[in-house]
Amino acid sequence: MKKALALAVLALVVAAPFGLKPYGIYLLSLWAVMTIAAIGLNLTLGYAGQISLAQASFVGIGAYTAALLTTQGWPLGAAFALAALLCFVIGWLLGYPALRVAHHYLAFVTLAFATLVYLILRNEEWLTRGVYGISGIPRPTLLGWSTKAPLDFYFFCLGVLALASAAAWWLLRSPWGRAFTALRENPVRASSLGIDTRRYTLMAFAIGSALGGIAGVLYAPLVQFIEPTAFTLGLSFNLLLMVIVGGAGRFGGPFLGAAVSVLLPEWLRFSEGLYLMIYAVFVMLLLALCPSGLLGLAERLRDSWPRFFKSAT
Amino acid sequence: MLLAGLATGGIYTLVAIGFVLLWQTSQTINFAQGEFVMLPAFFVLAAMKFGGLSFAAAMLVGLVVSLLVLGLLFKRLVVDPVIRHGVLPLVISTIALAILMKEGVKEFYAADAQPFPAAWADTNLQFGGAVVSVQNLVIIAVAVLAVAALQYFLGGTRTGRRMQATAQNPVLARVLGIPVGRMVLYTFLINAALVALASFLVSPIYLAKFTNGETLGLVAFVAAIVGGFNQVRGAIAGGLLLGVVDNFVAAYLSAQYRAAIPLFLLIAVIMLRPQGLLGRAEERTV
Repeated sequence: MKKALALAVLALVVAAPFGLKPYGIYLLSLWAVMTIAAIGLNLTLGYAGQISLAQASFVGIGAYTAALLTTQGWPLGAAFALAALLCFVIGWLLGYPALRVAHHYLAFVTLAFATLVYLILRNEEWLTRGVYGISGIPRPTLLGWSTKAPLDFYFFCLGVLALASAAAWWLLRSPWGRAFTALRENPVRASSLGIDTRRYTLMAFAIGSALGGIAGVLYAPLVQFIEPTAFTLGLSFNLLLMVIVGGAGRFGGPFLGAAVSVLLPEWLRFSEGLYLMIYAVFVMLLLALCPSGLLGLAERLRDSWPRFFKSAT
Repeated sequence: MLLAGLATGGIYTLVAIGFVLLWQTSQTINFAQGEFVMLPAFFVLAAMKFGGLSFAAAMLVGLVVSLLVLGLLFKRLVVDPVIRHGVLPLVISTIALAILMKEGVKEFYAADAQPFPAAWADTNLQFGGAVVSVQNLVIIAVAVLAVAALQYFLGGTRTGRRMQATAQNPVLARVLGIPVGRMVLYTFLINAALVALASFLVSPIYLAKFTNGETLGLVAFVAAIVGGFNQVRGAIAGGLLLGVVDNFVAAYLSAQYRAAIPLFLLIAVIMLRPQGLLGRAEERTV
């Protein structure tokens, strides 16, 4: 059942771009990129139970790394390696002091960090060109396969997404991942079972941040023009809401949440500025009624379906 | 200079105290606290623009609406339904609330900064060569009065003591016959009054704009942590410290990186004294 669903989704995302206009393909690529960042945040939020408000900053760090390196003629692969390493180390350094205390501290340390990253991106013009941003970011060529066309680049994004989700899948099935889950379910019991809770939480946050960096490396050649305001708190909130709406701590959550978050503004275009307000109210209702997100809601419906059926007959 | 810092700190303090009170009595971490400060100014502006009220009457209306919306409705509609799922969903819910409030003001009132009338003269006084702005003096005076009144209420009256008991041990408070639910509601109302006050003080300086809340919310939390999360005294010390440091750094070091100060203070305090400057270490409950 689950396998069939996964295959159907896979077939859908492979077949979807054919027949779509370039803008539709752009939206699909954006979905793939945001899903990677959301998978990273899901590790932090859904499995380790920590709120990070700096995921957009890590996406930004990744995007600027890619933009700076590739416009200098470096291959995108180097940007992937450097961005992932950079975000991992920064995440570790940020999380280390914050996790000494209590869970809500990381939220505010990352919030302050997001402000700092924005200020650096805006003010250090020698490196980031400040508010003018960086344009003309080239799309990569892979073993002679040029991904310049939107469709080719979408499949490139999809490939990276597949790798990232496979890595996350493997991580969550490993003893490490089980420790993450134990941590979320009951941190006190986990620590009494000999799990070093702080180290695992820190690792989840650092790995999640690294995935944010990887998403950023894809984001830069996707939009081909980046500037500081793209990576402010708004995007962090958006990523956070993606994870929550989809279903935090569920593997499929980020995929669904990112789809809702990327596509909903298009569907609600008629409402113009009201869109964000509708979305915010929707999230608040969802949290009040079903904090496990849309996937949790679907599960609940599925479980209650036979009962409903029985009572009807 | 120091005075300007103390004035800024006074405003931070009001916001931080509300934050700490909410945390103490109901485990609510209000991520929309900054937006709570942004909104009351717009209630006043709207009352003047659409209701044709005078400034004084509009302030009163703004305060009452703040109490209703940011106190009562916030508790009933946002906190109560979500808190039973835990602290984490509530944090996310207040984040969504912050977005809702920001977008609401942008959509229904104005996207650009609105001038906000001051309740006092915008002049400077001369004190033997030193120039002192009346505005800063008024802010400090109001903040001190508000904090003193709050301290008296919490420590000197029957209701205040019951509220403190509720914050310290809700179960025991209930056993002693204290209406815990109502005490928690009072806390939300006090928080609403504090943010409304802060709003009226800060808006004449920075103008009323829908993005005002972003930094204020962060600063309030940093002030609370720096001072000690579980102490009203701590919030006062943290707020004042942050205001003074903020103004000095902006003047002498770097105006560009002014907004990064909270980060450095926050990390320094967490590394050196995680319970805050005046705080007690909190015991973990299993």
